[in-house]
Amino acid sequence: MTAVYEPWDETRGAEIIAEHSKQEGATLVILHALQEAFGYVPAAAIPMVAQALNLSRAEVHGVFTFYHDFRHRPAGRHVLKLCRAEACQAAGGDALAARAEAKLGVSLGHTTADDRVTLEPIYCLGLCATAPSAMLDGRLVGRLDEKRIDALVAEAQR
Amino acid sequence: MSIRLYVSRDAGALAVGADEVALALEQAAAKRGIAVEIVRTGSRGLYWLEPLVEVATPQGRIAFGPVTETDVPSLLDALASNTPHLLRLGATDEIPWLKRQTRLTFARCGVIDPRSLDDYRAHGGYKGLERALSLGSEAILNEVTASGLRGRGGAGFPTGIKWKTVAQAKADRKFIVCNADEGDSGTFADRMIMEGDPFLVIEGMTTAGLTVGATKGYIYIRSEYPHAVEAMNAAIQAAKRDGYLGANIGGSTHSFDLEVRVGAGAYVCGEETSLLESLEGRRGLVRAKPPLPAHRGLFGKPTVINNVLSFAAIPFILAEGAKAYADFGMGRSRGTMPIQLAGNIRRGGLFETAFGVTLGELVDDIGGGTFTGRPVRAVQVGGPLGAYFPRALFDTPFDYEAFAARDGLIGHGGIVVFDDRVDMRKQARFAMEFCAIESCGKCTPCRIGSTRGVETIEKIINGERVSENLALVEDLCNTMKFGSLCALGGFTPYPVLSALKHFREDFVPAPTTLQAAE
Ligand SMILES: Cc1cc2nc3c(=O)[nH]c(=O)nc-3n(C[C@H](O)[C@H](O)[C@H](O)COP(=O)(O)O)c2cc1C
Ligand code: SF4
Ligand code: FES
Repeated sequence: MTAVYEPWDETRGAEIIAEHSKQEGATLVILHALQEAFGYVPAAAIPMVAQALNLSRAEVHGVFTFYHDFRHRPAGRHVLKLCRAEACQAAGGDALAARAEAKLGVSLGHTTADDRVTLEPIYCLGLCATAPSAMLDGRLVGRLDEKRIDALVAEAQR
Repeated sequence: MSIRLYVSRDAGALAVGADEVALALEQAAAKRGIAVEIVRTGSRGLYWLEPLVEVATPQGRIAFGPVTETDVPSLLDALASNTPHLLRLGATDEIPWLKRQTRLTFARCGVIDPRSLDDYRAHGGYKGLERALSLGSEAILNEVTASGLRGRGGAGFPTGIKWKTVAQAKADRKFIVCNADEGDSGTFADRMIMEGDPFLVIEGMTTAGLTVGATKGYIYIRSEYPHAVEAMNAAIQAAKRDGYLGANIGGSTHSFDLEVRVGAGAYVCGEETSLLESLEGRRGLVRAKPPLPAHRGLFGKPTVINNVLSFAAIPFILAEGAKAYADFGMGRSRGTMPIQLAGNIRRGGLFETAFGVTLGELVDDIGGGTFTGRPVRAVQVGGPLGAYFPRALFDTPFDYEAFAARDGLIGHGGIVVFDDRVDMRKQARFAMEFCAIESCGKCTPCRIGSTRGVETIEKIINGERVSENLALVEDLCNTMKFGSLCALGGFTPYPVLSALKHFREDFVPAPTTLQAAE
């Protein structure tokens, strides 16, 4: 299932920020909420967050860039995350990642030219006893093999 | 008569089709006019048998697995007519892999409905808190200390001492923080318990709160665990509704509230001070210690920060007494450890047992070797900062000190198995690469050293001035070991140096190959 995001809208952004800004240490909570709504954290939102939390723009930008999760632009229509950590490596994950890269024509960390699929590495999904593992738009898949990875890639390309 | 079935909704089971199986069971039952009730539990932790389907009988639960959608019709027919089925495993509790375990922390996981507070209480839940409320702070501290419980997050620091420090600190506010960042590859015990027995974590944290005088707690869960986030949030709501969170816990004068916060994909945020920075809404830069979080932690206030499994061990200790816990284990490692068997392993999953079991027993005997059927060559114990062990060290008992004596660590209890096709140069390079990706950037040896490490190991892989570069890597490791503020930079040398030491043949080309190349 593809996630459906709203287009960036300043009023809506301000609403989301206001909803969470009273919590202690709200920066990550707000960045998460923005990304959940818009699919990424628009650059225009950073100064708004800073103002709401009485922080400098640089501080909020610093937080935003520190964490791997936050995107500065929308991802492809589907996001396929492949676990690249040790347990999945031990179970044959390297070859499967290479296979997905070849099929999609992009390397991990990139989006296909048609904007359909973003392929990303992830470091452990906690499914290490049924490795190798992946996540397609929030859905977990374990015990990956060539057949399953091909099916996932095909599904992501649709 | 209705048939009661149990199917896990644990993320590990979902990843191999548990939802599809549950749905198929429902549909096939409706088609046959059989009344079924499907209870969605956590996982028993026998992952090679997931999706596991259990059926309630007067003699206890009977297990079937691994079940696929296509097995469902025949399974239902067998159940309805009481005839044998190929996937029948017998009584769940009698499955040897489960029977051999000592499940103190994971006693209820996979058994109860994690969304039902009634189910939790019916299986002994909140007995520990009840006793804690009657004991009072000082007596609780004595129990926790006497149990010998050491932090399960990796460092193995005595939990009783940590709690006592916070209890004695004077402040207007104190906090309880649960470290659910579980970033180590090969570990999933925190995830399982949050999904399968979330009230246990709440009970443990609530006990900590009333012991040290804290009224607010946070559970910091990594964003890679959306199912755990959902399960914990649901449990917190249920506990609030029934008066187990909020004002006057269990009719006492104590109040305690809990909130879930979600991480954002930074491994270093599992380090306790980085986690606190992140909770405060900042970059996850590691803080210098002292001050300890116990003195100045979250928002500058005295804070107990413990791993999920540390909190989850508390209710048993209080309900059954410190001695019942401390009777298990060896040396200074008391009680049980939920060990996680992962990677290329035939029988992977959660194995809770008393400290002292050897690495060889765990990998060969319990784990059954590799699922590829090839020989086990290396195992990494304790996550990405843990050492690689060769078969020659398989007699090492699972114990904090025994692993340290062999330049390793047990960490959070994860064991990742590799077969004989592993290239240890690649594993060493990955250790450095991971450190480079995840470094918080505060200290040079970690930030720059790890990148140099990747480059140097790359050269070794390419056969460039191998012995010179090997010496360079060793040198670099020493600099990282002694010049890093936290264990990310400080312990990355463990996997690298252990690979170099125990698997030297992968790094130094055999002389015969050199001659052949001439
Ligand atoms: C890089 C790094 C990552 C860590 N990740 C975790 C983690 O994911 N979970 C955890 O409980 N402890 C983790 N720790 C250990 C914590 O710093 C800390 O020791 C622990 O939360 C204390 O709780 P405990 O005493 O109950 O183990 C990590 C440490 C380092 C240096
Ligand atoms: S060792 Fe690395 S992760 Fe730890 S404080 Fe230093 S730079 Fe940050
Ligand atoms: S290492 Fe891939 S899921 Fe844990």
